[in-house]
Amino acid sequence: MDMRAEGTPVENGQAAFRDALVAAGLLIPTGVDGLYGRSGVFEDVVERFNDLITTWGGDDGADVMRFPPGVARHQFEQSGYLKSFPHLAGTIHAFKGDERAHQSLLRRLEEGEEWTDSQMATNVVLTPAACYPVYPTIAERGPLPADGALVDVYSYCFRHEPSLDPARMQLFRMREYVCVGTPEQVMDFRQRWVERGRALMESLALPVAVDLANDPFFGRAGRMLAASQRDQGLKFELLIPIASAEQPTACLSFNYHQDHFGLLWDLRTPDGAVAHTACVGFGMERVALALFRHHGFDVKAWPAAVRAVLWG
Amino acid sequence: MRQPDWQIAAGAAPRGGEAPAVSAADIRALLADSGGLATDAATLSDEDDLYAAGLTSHGSVNLMLALEERYGVEFPEHLLRRRTFESIAAIRAAVAGLLLDGAPGGLEAG
Repeated sequence: MDMRAEGTPVENGQAAFRDALVAAGLLIPTGVDGLYGRSGVFEDVVERFNDLITTWGGDDGADVMRFPPGVARHQFEQSGYLKSFPHLAGTIHAFKGDERAHQSLLRRLEEGEEWTDSQMATNVVLTPAACYPVYPTIAERGPLPADGALVDVYSYCFRHEPSLDPARMQLFRMREYVCVGTPEQVMDFRQRWVERGRALMESLALPVAVDLANDPFFGRAGRMLAASQRDQGLKFELLIPIASAEQPTACLSFNYHQDHFGLLWDLRTPDGAVAHTACVGFGMERVALALFRHHGFDVKAWPAAVRAVLWG
Repeated sequence: MRQPDWQIAAGAAPRGGEAPAVSAADIRALLADSGGLATDAATLSDEDDLYAAGLTSHGSVNLMLALEERYGVEFPEHLLRRRTFESIAAIRAAVAGLLLDGAPGGLEAG
């Protein structure tokens, strides 16, 4: 039974789609909005789509890096993430007390009192976007080679935005290609991926639209940052209707950061100029959900052409 | 919050008339403190492109907050745009407009 207050039509649609995914066994609920287990079928779709990305992008010779879903706290602090997205960040805290503190912890837990306030920050922060560990790693290598750097990353990411919308998870996977180089190199990269991304998604018989977008920056200052990002055409998203036709979901994003990360991490081109960066990101669960929404929950009944693209 | 200086200037100005004093020198000083420019703010003309002079998006946010504090105004949604802060002259015009809107006997009374 649903005891929630009545939502908007969009929220009701999102909740209904989530409930259907859970009933079909594709998502496994945990009792926390935005935190789900995935079934074998769901995971197979994610893995096949991940391979499809490599089919389209693998020949570019990207340096493959796989990081766990945590970034070093000192790198996170330097990344400037808290300036723009303090509301989305998740820090990892742990018990660091002695035996007496342990007894106190257990007593408070037993009595239903607040116990988390005595947890202490660790040196690990949950990864907010798969590319965050890339910039300090590339910076460590010194000046870039003449053709820049291209990196392939894939990680679970965390964003604190609990939602009924199954397409807005708190822990989700993001595959990315990240380009570091001259402004021309990274703009070429981004334009190539806008075209490729559209063709890739159309090969899955999904209804796509590419549109100008902005990041969910925090507060009034954030509205200024968002307007500025739009004015300069820095972010585009590939949108697909998932839980709502009126509010389609961003499944891929194409981002030009200008010299933002170059200045932060002192990334340099061979001639000493501050490097620019761009990335293309794939929201893996969102793409899987788009496929389930448009082709049904039974993957064996998906259109033959789509099955051929994913399963060969 | 500190009493904004403009109220003195506004009191001396004809009601509903000219914009209260917003000096380019004041804006230049705020720009030097909070804009994070690559260029010395003192060398910029009123019309120079501040973004070309190294004003970043985060720098323009800091500048906006500093202007709000200095003049006791709040930039409304439609002014939270890149072009509002593109030059010292543009900033002067925007702040003067906000002061007129908010001044007793200002636009809404005229």
